[in-house]
Amino acid sequence: MDSIMEVVNLHKQFEIKTGLLTKAKINAVDGVSFNLVAGETLGVVGESGSGKSTLGRTILKLTNADSGKVIYKGEDLVPLTSKQMKRHRSQLQMIFQDPYASLNPRLKVGTSISEPMLANNPSLGRDEAKRSAIELLELVGLSPQMYNLYPHEFSGGQRQRISIARAIAPKPSIIVCDEAVSALDVSVQAQMLNLFNELKEKLSLTYIFIGHDLSVIKYISDRILVMYLGQVVELAPTDAIFGSKMHPYTQALVSAVPEPNATKRQSKRIILEGDIPSPGSVPKGCQFASRCFMKMKMCMEAAPNLTEVEEGHLVRCHHHARLKKAAQDVPNG
Amino acid sequence: MSELLVFSNYSMGFKENNKVVNLIDNVSFAVSKLAAVGIVGESGCGKSMVSLSAMRLLPANAIIQGGEILLNGEDLLAKSENQMQELRGKQISIIFQQPMSSLNPVLDIGFQMQEALTRHFPGTSKTEADETIALELRGVGIHDPAKTMRAYPHQLSGGMCQRVMIAMATICKPSLLIADEPTTALDTTIQAQVLDLMAQLKQKGSILLVTHNLGVVAEICDVVVVMYAGQVVETGKIEDIFKNPQHPYTQGLLASVPTLTTKKSRLHTIQGSVPAIWDFAKGCRFHTRCAMAKSLCENEKPESCQAGSPGHIVACHVYGGYI
Repeated sequence: MDSIMEVVNLHKQFEIKTGLLTKAKINAVDGVSFNLVAGETLGVVGESGSGKSTLGRTILKLTNADSGKVIYKGEDLVPLTSKQMKRHRSQLQMIFQDPYASLNPRLKVGTSISEPMLANNPSLGRDEAKRSAIELLELVGLSPQMYNLYPHEFSGGQRQRISIARAIAPKPSIIVCDEAVSALDVSVQAQMLNLFNELKEKLSLTYIFIGHDLSVIKYISDRILVMYLGQVVELAPTDAIFGSKMHPYTQALVSAVPEPNATKRQSKRIILEGDIPSPGSVPKGCQFASRCFMKMKMCMEAAPNLTEVEEGHLVRCHHHARLKKAAQDVPNG
Repeated sequence: MSELLVFSNYSMGFKENNKVVNLIDNVSFAVSKLAAVGIVGESGCGKSMVSLSAMRLLPANAIIQGGEILLNGEDLLAKSENQMQELRGKQISIIFQQPMSSLNPVLDIGFQMQEALTRHFPGTSKTEADETIALELRGVGIHDPAKTMRAYPHQLSGGMCQRVMIAMATICKPSLLIADEPTTALDTTIQAQVLDLMAQLKQKGSILLVTHNLGVVAEICDVVVVMYAGQVVETGKIEDIFKNPQHPYTQGLLASVPTLTTKKSRLHTIQGSVPAIWDFAKGCRFHTRCAMAKSLCENEKPESCQAGSPGHIVACHVYGGYI
């Protein structure tokens, strides 16, 4: 397993106004570390406010980290200036949720695709860029005639295809997809998920796939990182997470997914109490304790560490030994 | 089972530049007493317009083109605005996708709930109203009703606001609750809480649930109505639709959703994308995306026909055996 990027103890705080003169700091990303393996799809799941989008943006330096390291090709990206960052930009691309908002309405879609190629490689020449852009349109399943159309002339799914073509134009190695299929209709979402998988094979890409829909994340990911209030609560290969479901929060998330089938659910759904606490008033001890159905006294007092419970499977919970045992007793939950 | 709400051959459209564009085309289905019916479909299929039609809250440029909507045997389309106001909230209530924007930001929760109550029960005293409201808020899982009643919408989370909306919609004990994408804006764990609550509400009244999420429908509903481009393509009990779907669109839709049990392989897809209202095809509106379409599908709208079990209705030429 070759690591393509290493994220070490990444921190990002935001300041929020709590009153007229008072301010509080919230930890959007709170000590996140992981290795990104070349060619994998790492799924990042979490509820709103868990810091999953901020993590994606911070890795690509669209937001500057407060501390920590993002090591790509032997170089730490965090201290780089935006000018220095330029030489990596073409390698690190992002696709956003809203294809309506992420394309310039005044540019022909062809220009939107060829522009990043020219920006990264001015010697390419306009004609060559146009030719590649047309190839890319075909690669993502659009027709070459669409080069001269404007974004408003496309449907949501087609626009997301254009965003993808634009992202792969500078031949990146890593693409961060932030809720890239969330805004799409069910039938179109399936087309896009297939496209993501096809392109990954053809262009040997590595994805960080951020989302809130666990079914989608499970489908597309090789490994899954579960975030809660800016921290990693679980990181494991997809099968391991759904096989043994270690962290109570992950268990609750999995159990909360409504499944489209007629068989009534066997196990009782785990209903978490309350809401995700506001990141400004994070409880002492384990951050999840206020909603956890397994909490004990120690959870309120001491924060658990991320522990490797088996190879490549990290869990942040005091009960990990107990959880593991429970999971072995009942395979597949 | 007796029927509470009946849509019968209902059609509606919009007036644009002096032309009428049809959206909902001959929709018929029924909601029985104490049952939950789910309308599923992708964006633009007219599912929200169905729910707004039942409330008679359609946008100003909407035009009703025919059919009936019966509530307890009375045609809602024949009612005056005053008569509708008596019904709304008392007989039939609605909750929407964005709970935050459905509440008035400058009034506290207590005031807004009291308004919903006293509109239909004007004689209610302040103390009586407060008691009813507190009871209702507890019923939707709000542990500290007194505090919530003093709160303004911005002080509550999305999940709390949706609970308040449900409490407000059910405070006069309507016989039908319409829920239009009630959990779409909520996080997964909060969605689970709200779905749990809605399953409880089903014991007390009927629910018409409008959503694009097939999982949510499977979780709560007894009957599913599948819509595509303004037409009902298939209706049936949960088991019929999820275990034995007959319409190519229903089959495609079910196969294209990744679930927790989906094995890693290519997802099934329906080619093309959802048409806009002015691009609706003639004949069967799905034929442009249907792998089984024949020339008849392009020209003639398929009749609904019974499929296997009672109540399972499919509108498809291929199923009907005409081809």
